[in-house]
Amino acid sequence: MIPREFDYEAPTSLQETLQLIASGERKLLAGGMSLIPMMKLRLATPDSLVDLGRVPGLNHIVESSGTLQIGATATHHDIETFPLIRGRCPLLAEAASHIGDVQVRNRGTIGGSIAHADPAADYPAALLALEAQIRLVSASSDRIVPAVEFFLDAFTTALEPGEIVVEVLVPAEPGAEGYSYEKAPHPASGFAIVGVAARIQRSGGKISLARIGVTGLGARAFRAMEAERLLESGSSLDQAVATVGEGEDANSDLYASAEYRKHLARVRAKRALEVALRRAS
Amino acid sequence: MQRKFSLTINGKPYADEVEPRLLLIHYLREVAGLTGPHIGCETSTCGACTVMLDGKAVKSCTLFAVQADGRDVLTIEGLATDVGLDPLQEAFWNEHGLQCGFCTPGMIMTARQLLEDNPSPTDDEIRKGLEGNVCRCTGYQHILNAVKAAAIQMEKRGA
Repeated sequence: MIPREFDYEAPTSLQETLQLIASGERKLLAGGMSLIPMMKLRLATPDSLVDLGRVPGLNHIVESSGTLQIGATATHHDIETFPLIRGRCPLLAEAASHIGDVQVRNRGTIGGSIAHADPAADYPAALLALEAQIRLVSASSDRIVPAVEFFLDAFTTALEPGEIVVEVLVPAEPGAEGYSYEKAPHPASGFAIVGVAARIQRSGGKISLARIGVTGLGARAFRAMEAERLLESGSSLDQAVATVGEGEDANSDLYASAEYRKHLARVRAKRALEVALRRAS
Repeated sequence: MQRKFSLTINGKPYADEVEPRLLLIHYLREVAGLTGPHIGCETSTCGACTVMLDGKAVKSCTLFAVQADGRDVLTIEGLATDVGLDPLQEAFWNEHGLQCGFCTPGMIMTARQLLEDNPSPTDDEIRKGLEGNVCRCTGYQHILNAVKAAAIQMEKRGA
């Protein structure tokens, strides 16, 4: 379990990092919780690694005019435990608490996780439900991409060669919102067979806003928009969740067939929505 | 390619030149001679290699030694003092929290962070806190008892 040889750089500024990766040939190392196991198995054999561990100013968690700015190297443990996130974006803290185990959460970063874009990762469901935005920077560009346009396929994102995730932007919770993340974990790996993140806002006894993000079902996480629309137009929970995963190409593996995954997605969506409805005042 | 790096392990400074692909667990065991952290699964699953890096529990099989450059590592060897065992070590002994002992160094390092984050955890919180550490002998009840006993002991000492 020894990785192939590689060159290693540990830049000490974002500027230096962007120069190093500009050619698109070097691989970024953040927490390494996915990359290092892949390198040990030689599923990944990068010639050159650029370690973000010494780049300052990339792990901030701050709120600015109603938006939480979460630096790319903020760890899952930071996101799970920081009072600002627990108070102002509890859905994201809840999703983070489901990732791996505490040792993995101590090292793994939000930027690394979303750039890796594992189809069974937990964050994408929450980030889609939160309508988060992702800030991507290269030596010559600085742009913000909505989460829904960031996750393109299994292990494939909107990142261009030479670009790095620097920040995740999520709206701070308005206070009365209900939320939940419901995950069916694989019993051995802990990854999501499916995971459903839900947000609910109520107004005058009706659901005024419903957002549902689903991970694990297909090659990329997606929003269950038909179910959202049905809930916002007064349909029952059962009617709404029956549409979750409709038309999606579901994964199938030794543990869960495509059909079972869709069933699980609907069951977990219902549970997530029930909890979110209870929490929404 | 070799790379120079230095770090502190159990309060003692180390400086070496290593290949970047050398994993921290291999550095600790084979270069620094600290064989307390164990190599179990080598796939970030079992937690036997857990050490603390700047005060946080990490799996040292999933970390390159050079990533620890300038940082502070604590292994099981760094817990006991001249005065005696650490409360967690003592509690694992008193409560029979081990049989073969292979998982114990990792269990204790993870439990250390668990009790730092949450000094009086419930049973469920202990089980969740230790989910990244696998024991193949005892079942987990005695380990849970040991962590609870250590929490009580540490609270008494702190008070």
